[in-house]
Amino acid sequence: MARAATTTDAFNAVAEPRRREILDVLAGGERPVNDLVGALGLAQPQVSKHLRVLREVGAVEVRDVGRQRLYRLNGRALKPIHDWVKNYERSWSERFDRLDVVLEELKQKEADDGGADE
Amino acid sequence: MVAQTSSGTATVTLPTDEQILITREFNAPKHLVYEAYTTPELVKRWWSGQRGEVTLAEIDLRVGGMWRYVMVAQGGFEVGFHGEYREIVPNERIVSTEVYEGMPDGEAVDTVTFSEADGLTTLTILVQHTLKEHRDAHINSGMEAGMQESMDALEQVAISLR
Repeated sequence: MARAATTTDAFNAVAEPRRREILDVLAGGERPVNDLVGALGLAQPQVSKHLRVLREVGAVEVRDVGRQRLYRLNGRALKPIHDWVKNYERSWSERFDRLDVVLEELKQKEADDGGADE
Repeated sequence: MVAQTSSGTATVTLPTDEQILITREFNAPKHLVYEAYTTPELVKRWWSGQRGEVTLAEIDLRVGGMWRYVMVAQGGFEVGFHGEYREIVPNERIVSTEVYEGMPDGEAVDTVTFSEADGLTTLTILVQHTLKEHRDAHINSGMEAGMQESMDALEQVAISLR
């Protein structure tokens, strides 16, 4: 199966579990690299390497504040992944909306069989 | 027509590369959610969602027993799923295998749990694939169905304009 290079494809960029961890941490707000090193328990060069991949697909942005480099999540770059899963989610939502109707009937039947109400 | 009480929409997350986790809360006690989940005549009423008609729902609810669901989508194509029950704890938990018959190599293991609090039941379905490729194909099959739905809706509009 042909695949896009890691650095051009958000799907591949987040396929790496450590990079997903970085995104999870950044979902909580902007962080300097040291915080990420601490949260992931990886050496800084490895964290930097993952950050570079995430930056190349636009999933992470960086800005300099004084001597610190702060990294933040850019959700827009992850939208293709969100959309991909959303479609699947929608088909389950439609199933469950129907299941709601079935459940209302079962509840009604149980109440009627109990004879207490209605 | 029974009032539709929507307790929320389904939430789908991908906890690992090989997993899909589907979660939804229902405004009903768990023994009824379990009943609706494991009774063929009831499964037939909800399992296809908006995508078509369930033409077959077989459930042999015992460890080692088989299940098979067949749906005919509006476009007329048939899709089948089947599997084997591995663990059954009534009203609590069902573990089974799941094979999409259009992609028989990608057998998944589904763990379904029912938990109740304050009269609301949380249903979770954890789909565990062995390969990321199979997991992704599984999600894509939903996408195809979603596109099929859109095409069907478009067709309806076209017919109504005739």
